[in-house]
Amino acid sequence: MQYEKYSLLQLVDMIKTHKVTSEELTRYFVARCEEKKEYNALLEIFDDAIENAKAMDKKISEGFDGKLAGIPVIIKDNIFYEGKKCTCSSKFLENYVAQYCSTVVQKLLEAGAIIIARANMDEFAMGSSTENSAFGLTHNALDFDRVPGGSSGGSATSVALGLAPLALGTDTGGSIRQPSAYNGIVGIKPTYGRVSRFGVVAFSSSIEQVGPMTKTVADNAYALEVLAGKCTHDETSIAAPIDFLQNIEKPIKSIKIGLVNEVEAMLCGMESEKAYKSAIEVLKNKGAEFVKVSMPSFSLALPCYYIIAPAEATSNLGRFDGIKYTKRVEGADINETYSKSRSAGFGKEVKRRIMLGNFVLSSGFFDAYYIKAKAVQQALIDESKKIFSVCDAILLPTTTGTAFKLGEKKDPISMYKEDYFTIPANMMKLPAISVPHEKGENGMPLAVQIMGKEFDEKTIYQIAHAIEGGVHGI
Amino acid sequence: MEYDVVIGLEVHAELKTKTKVFCPCKNEFGGQPNTHCCPVCLGLPGALPTLNKEALKLAIKAGLALGCQINELSVFERKNYFYPDLPKAYQISQMVRPICLGGHLKVGEKEIPINRIHLEEDAGKLIHSSDGSVTMIDYNRGGVPLIELVTEALQEPHLESAEEAVEFLEKLRQVYIFTGVADCEIEKGQMRADVNVSIKPKGSSAFGTKVEMKNIMGFKAVYRAINYEIERQKNILSKGGVIEQETRRWDDNAQESYTMRKKENAQDYRYFPDPDLLAVEVSKTVVDEIRREIPMLPEELKEKYLSLGLSDYEASIIVKDQNLIDFFEKTLKLCSNAKAISNWLLGEISSLSKDDNMIKISPDDMAKIINLMDDGKLNRSVAKTIFTKAWNENVDVEALAKTLGGNLSETELEEMIVSIIEKNPKAVSDYQNGAEPEKLLKWFVGQVMKESRGKANAVKAEEILKEKLK
Repeated sequence: MQYEKYSLLQLVDMIKTHKVTSEELTRYFVARCEEKKEYNALLEIFDDAIENAKAMDKKISEGFDGKLAGIPVIIKDNIFYEGKKCTCSSKFLENYVAQYCSTVVQKLLEAGAIIIARANMDEFAMGSSTENSAFGLTHNALDFDRVPGGSSGGSATSVALGLAPLALGTDTGGSIRQPSAYNGIVGIKPTYGRVSRFGVVAFSSSIEQVGPMTKTVADNAYALEVLAGKCTHDETSIAAPIDFLQNIEKPIKSIKIGLVNEVEAMLCGMESEKAYKSAIEVLKNKGAEFVKVSMPSFSLALPCYYIIAPAEATSNLGRFDGIKYTKRVEGADINETYSKSRSAGFGKEVKRRIMLGNFVLSSGFFDAYYIKAKAVQQALIDESKKIFSVCDAILLPTTTGTAFKLGEKKDPISMYKEDYFTIPANMMKLPAISVPHEKGENGMPLAVQIMGKEFDEKTIYQIAHAIEGGVHGI
Repeated sequence: MEYDVVIGLEVHAELKTKTKVFCPCKNEFGGQPNTHCCPVCLGLPGALPTLNKEALKLAIKAGLALGCQINELSVFERKNYFYPDLPKAYQISQMVRPICLGGHLKVGEKEIPINRIHLEEDAGKLIHSSDGSVTMIDYNRGGVPLIELVTEALQEPHLESAEEAVEFLEKLRQVYIFTGVADCEIEKGQMRADVNVSIKPKGSSAFGTKVEMKNIMGFKAVYRAINYEIERQKNILSKGGVIEQETRRWDDNAQESYTMRKKENAQDYRYFPDPDLLAVEVSKTVVDEIRREIPMLPEELKEKYLSLGLSDYEASIIVKDQNLIDFFEKTLKLCSNAKAISNWLLGEISSLSKDDNMIKISPDDMAKIINLMDDGKLNRSVAKTIFTKAWNENVDVEALAKTLGGNLSETELEEMIVSIIEKNPKAVSDYQNGAEPEKLLKWFVGQVMKESRGKANAVKAEEILKEKLK
């Protein structure tokens, strides 16, 4: 059996109907992980996976029917799984072992998932190509010479290679959606507050979310139902109905979709224009209505992101000081130890953002940068509210084009621009899903993005499902 | 040249909550190092704080007791700096929108204005090995809730002397203990003060350069540190020098301070709102509920006691001790003779409870004894006997008063006095004509006590004697 050809939902059903055991599935996917090692998508394959699968089979035989009973899952390496290493692809945490379980891992385990591996990423989730990992870059699943996108590049390549039917990523500015687009899979950044951040190593706390990465839209909705929910450990998590599969098969007739003038102007002539236009056609044919809307601050989301995210990152990464975490380089005094340890422990991109964050928070600059960026963020939120008073969702491209070549983007600014279309959803705290659609001239996948109202994942899943064309098995 | 002294205080007090401010770990002094810790207070990656509502309530209570405004919306911010006792490399504190604003505390006749009180988390503790080669960290204290009160030194009136500063701290400590907000045990570091001092030529409106001294332990040390700093600054100015803005460390053993950090090396804390915590909304209803829980404060109680006829000295002693207040208040509910309660409290009770600080007589028994005396049914010496019995064992005060004879009734007393007067005509005439009537009156009282074997009420006897001897 080639289990990688099945969707998550199909595998769940096969386990439920005893067509396959968790042990068989886990052995199969673990072997596949070993086979595809040259992609460097994974940092570690857990050696207790098969044992856990056997135990799960026993539970299943005793009547356990968790939503992910027996299903192999891969997690991004910034998510704590107690007793397992969690490195964030940083030398600083090279041998760091998670001391507790994150809420999302807890939920996966409670649902019966078998976590088989941890996936490579850009160091501390800072990057858009997974080239910023201290443990080597990851390759695109469809073209070995291309980037998988980032920062959840390891997770995206894993799903696309069929190393597991589900991987978790985190999305701070597009880190789930962009690599999903580049690898031809489905990824969602849920509404801020939808999924607990407890136990996820923080980069930019006010905008990031954990989300599922899968081959199909329905798989994705199913997996998010496991992850979502108010968490007592996370004040910013919010209780809202978990109803993602409710409308997924419903026709999209008369659903109103917003097309943003500023985005269309920008997109003109880009590789992704093809996917965007074709998606409009598909949706139109299925009865969706389109509304032209304006979001004047759209282009400001990116620069604001590069103020707010580094500011929070600077503070979040302060704890990696060489005292409590592994990368200590002794100096003459405590301050020198701090600076030597941090110089040795962090990679270039992380240092760049720490410097940037410190600058924008410094006295004398705080008002001009941080406060202003927060004001623009509010303006974006206000604009989105206005737009959502006349439509149900917004259609956007996910990226400017297909995956670029490894080593192609040397200039950090050109790399930052990768997230031009994805960052606004983070800044506005709204849910956005990337769904593969069309291919570029090079044969690589393109994708579109649907952004929804706060906590209205239900509708964007419905629209994404319509674009996908109801593909189930791959 | 004469100088005006301007003193500002920043006072940290550990709140008396069961658990820490952002996690469910125990808020308890001591314990094996690093045993009252969890991912949150250890600042482990991915851990998130959640606000302890009890800490918020106590902070509000402290603010209300000091007449502060309670902000309907307050915000936690991150104060970023590196130090090994600070596991996240930032302290969760409040900057732009603290929980409490304004307020004041009376020192002498001055209402010293308070700038703010905010809620924050304490840091861990560094323990240096005796040879100085190793520093260990104990995070048990990390995450303990603190309130920081900042006085308003730039307004009038402000603190102008070490005496006033110490009085402010003592009064503040009383308020915190009184309202149950904090225990403020100095030796446990539960109350710590940063002091800033500046001086200016007398009458000048421009403020001098302020020098800060951080984390001074104990009020006596505060007193000495301030006086040392005033003298140091005066010395510099008198020699034509300039005061440098700096942070100094007070060494109470050496009785001197030394430079810790100059202005140019001042920390930039890069405050910004903590994205992990929601803004705190406090409704008027909640504030009113908390306000109702605040007991009368020492100043108010003292006023009340003075009005009940206690002396300033008596009232001051009682309001300093919660045990005494509790006993006094409870007894007062059963017996209206405040002065007598105070006499017993500061006399017999204080001396018997000196060692263990335990009052072993119930307010109920105390009230009965005083009431029996006031009704003339018990004289002082029998009352004392009953008091001692009641202190040591469970007794029925009223029954005891009867068996120990209680007092002569007023008629019996009068009859006895008449008979004594009749038996001593010489003493009577000496009293009426002699040089020392007071002395003779005492002698008569003595006779009454002797004849009644102590069962007469001496005060009453004296009254009757005066009347009969006219």
